[in-house]
Amino acid sequence: MKLTGAQILVKMIKAQGVDTIFGYPGGATIDIHDEIVRHDDLRHILVRHEQGAVHAADAYSRAHKTTGVALVTSGPGATNTVTGIASAHADSIPMVVFCGQVPTGLIGNDAFQEVDIVGITRPCTKHNYLVKDPDKLAATIQEAFYIARSGRPGPVLVDLPKDILQAEINFQMPEETRLRSYKPNYTPNKKQIAKVVQMVKDARRPVIFAGGGVISSRASEQITRLAQMARIPVTTSLMGLGAFPGTDPLWLGMLGMHGTFRANMSIGNCDLIIAVGVRFDDRVTGNISKFAPHAAIIQIDIDPTSIHKNIPVQCPIVGDCKTTLENILALMEKQNPAQLTVERDLWLDQIDQWKQTTPLKYDQKADIIKPQFVVEKLWEITKGQAIITTEVGQNQMWAAQYYHFDLPNHFITSGGLGVMGFGLPAAIGAKAACPDKLVVDVAGDGSIQMNIQELMTAVENCLDVKIVILNNRFLGMVRQWQEFFYNRAYACTNIENAPDFVKLAEAYGASGFRCTDPACVEDTLRKGLDTPGTVIMDFVVEREESVYPMVPAGGALTEMLLV
Amino acid sequence: METSRYLLSILVDNEPGVLSRIAGLFSGRGFNIDSLSVATTDDPDVSRITMATTCDAQIIEQIKKQLHKLINVITVNDLTEKKYVERQLALVKVHAKPEKRAEILRIVDIFRCRVVDVGHAHYTVEISGDSGKHQAFLSLLKPMGIIEIASTGAIALAREMGK
Repeated sequence: MKLTGAQILVKMIKAQGVDTIFGYPGGATIDIHDEIVRHDDLRHILVRHEQGAVHAADAYSRAHKTTGVALVTSGPGATNTVTGIASAHADSIPMVVFCGQVPTGLIGNDAFQEVDIVGITRPCTKHNYLVKDPDKLAATIQEAFYIARSGRPGPVLVDLPKDILQAEINFQMPEETRLRSYKPNYTPNKKQIAKVVQMVKDARRPVIFAGGGVISSRASEQITRLAQMARIPVTTSLMGLGAFPGTDPLWLGMLGMHGTFRANMSIGNCDLIIAVGVRFDDRVTGNISKFAPHAAIIQIDIDPTSIHKNIPVQCPIVGDCKTTLENILALMEKQNPAQLTVERDLWLDQIDQWKQTTPLKYDQKADIIKPQFVVEKLWEITKGQAIITTEVGQNQMWAAQYYHFDLPNHFITSGGLGVMGFGLPAAIGAKAACPDKLVVDVAGDGSIQMNIQELMTAVENCLDVKIVILNNRFLGMVRQWQEFFYNRAYACTNIENAPDFVKLAEAYGASGFRCTDPACVEDTLRKGLDTPGTVIMDFVVEREESVYPMVPAGGALTEMLLV
Repeated sequence: METSRYLLSILVDNEPGVLSRIAGLFSGRGFNIDSLSVATTDDPDVSRITMATTCDAQIIEQIKKQLHKLINVITVNDLTEKKYVERQLALVKVHAKPEKRAEILRIVDIFRCRVVDVGHAHYTVEISGDSGKHQAFLSLLKPMGIIEIASTGAIALAREMGK
């Protein structure tokens, strides 16, 4: 069967179970876009900026638990994807980005809209390809999806010269991908499993620390069973929120720079950490030499490079989080339950005491709205069932602290790279993946402006996303650092000169509501969530509210600034 | 932590861009490359990279794991952990005035090198050996006046044990 390169691309994308792609056309991709619109079973969502396409594909992956796809043209189209690719790379999100490229004969000639995107994205993709031989096109696409999804997932970029897309090729479905140089190890070492069980028996003050790896390996059920079986309290990284129910009594809250007092104190005082799918990022560990000074560490990760990278561990296990936890649970079930929970009441009482004395708190007064109050009300009204995306900064931390996630894949944020402008396109991607879910972008007034053009994408495609702006007229997280560490010199962080977000929503064909009164927060949220279509809710909040607790950069986790 | 020299033998897919992935990994993560040498093996689809680096024990663990994580890397062999033979090839062009010629040839003979080019006022000498031999040889030639040097990186293979 003779097909063009563009036809093969579409066929192979569909064969991977992908039903939606996010794209923006250009000279080098006309052939692909011309082909896509002939396929009713492959939806193309036209974004308004290529960065939006990549963030949307990222969130589509996370909400739908399959691989997101972005399609952009050569040159500037390709370079505009770099931030989104780097974000997906930092967060280990499976994604395939297809870029158009100038015809192979022109590559290297500095042609119009030519850029070496394979060279540019080499350090921020899991792998990337330039397809130069039309006969290898189908196999390369299949390999790209295989690499993106398997092992520790990540973004893969495929660069497609225009002549390859136009070439007529004898098409055959490629055989199953096998790579001699890439064989991720999913199965844990048996001896290490026995060691884990012994370490749990020996522990008096254990903590489970779960991360994004638990979400991506879909192991939240196993984490929950492990916690409950051995009565071990659970904390997570930002990326791990939802891996364990946020309303469970064993829940400690998030760990790290803006983690809860009890989570950070637990790590400072525990004698065992069971770290699952985490990489001990500096925002989580604080001062690394003072991190968990009394604890032995078990680390479970699919990626050997994550182990021993920042922290020495006593029991490393390379394997899939879910498979490994299943193995641990199977062995634990054979033990005497009393031996797995020695002196646990003492430990849990201590933690409860930390919770009682120093909970997360804010003081909602009558005259001005506190941003935390908005998020907490949002949680109440949506019963914790909404998919929450965030921008980056204070809005992100308050969403993490006050929306008590019970379910995995419901918190979608740019964790590792921290990309402002992520939330709105991510909400669009999540809504495309889960049309029946309520999707809310918790935004700041600064970062929402970074990809505000995607409002049009949401409205045009009837992807009804709800945007909650915590509007403090500051670039709030930087302002907070300036307040604490730069003598309140608010250099370049005052953004009072802002658009009217209600009118802006209306200009794009969405709806907008503003709220300035604490008494009206709940009504505004209900009205906004009930209004069909895309909605902006602009909450004018306390200008100089800060995120607490805070571990100053380089400080020990247990040395927190509290309100 | 204490640093030492490590010699890695890496088999990779013989594809465009593989070397830049490896070089990029080192520069991006602040690792150090002392020397590098690359050529195809008997299998035309596979190249062998021999790389020398100086670092501490924790960093070499990361380097090995990060290299292995690259999709095009087939195996990473740390030769420093075992017995191996190491060679480095250099061409050394040295001033050879008539009164020094005999002495240069004696040194060449002692080091089992070869003169591969002769002029009225110079010799070009080929030397092969490990880096210690190279250093000793060059220190003896230095007083004669070295004109220029071209040197490869180290190449090495593990010894076959018990055969």
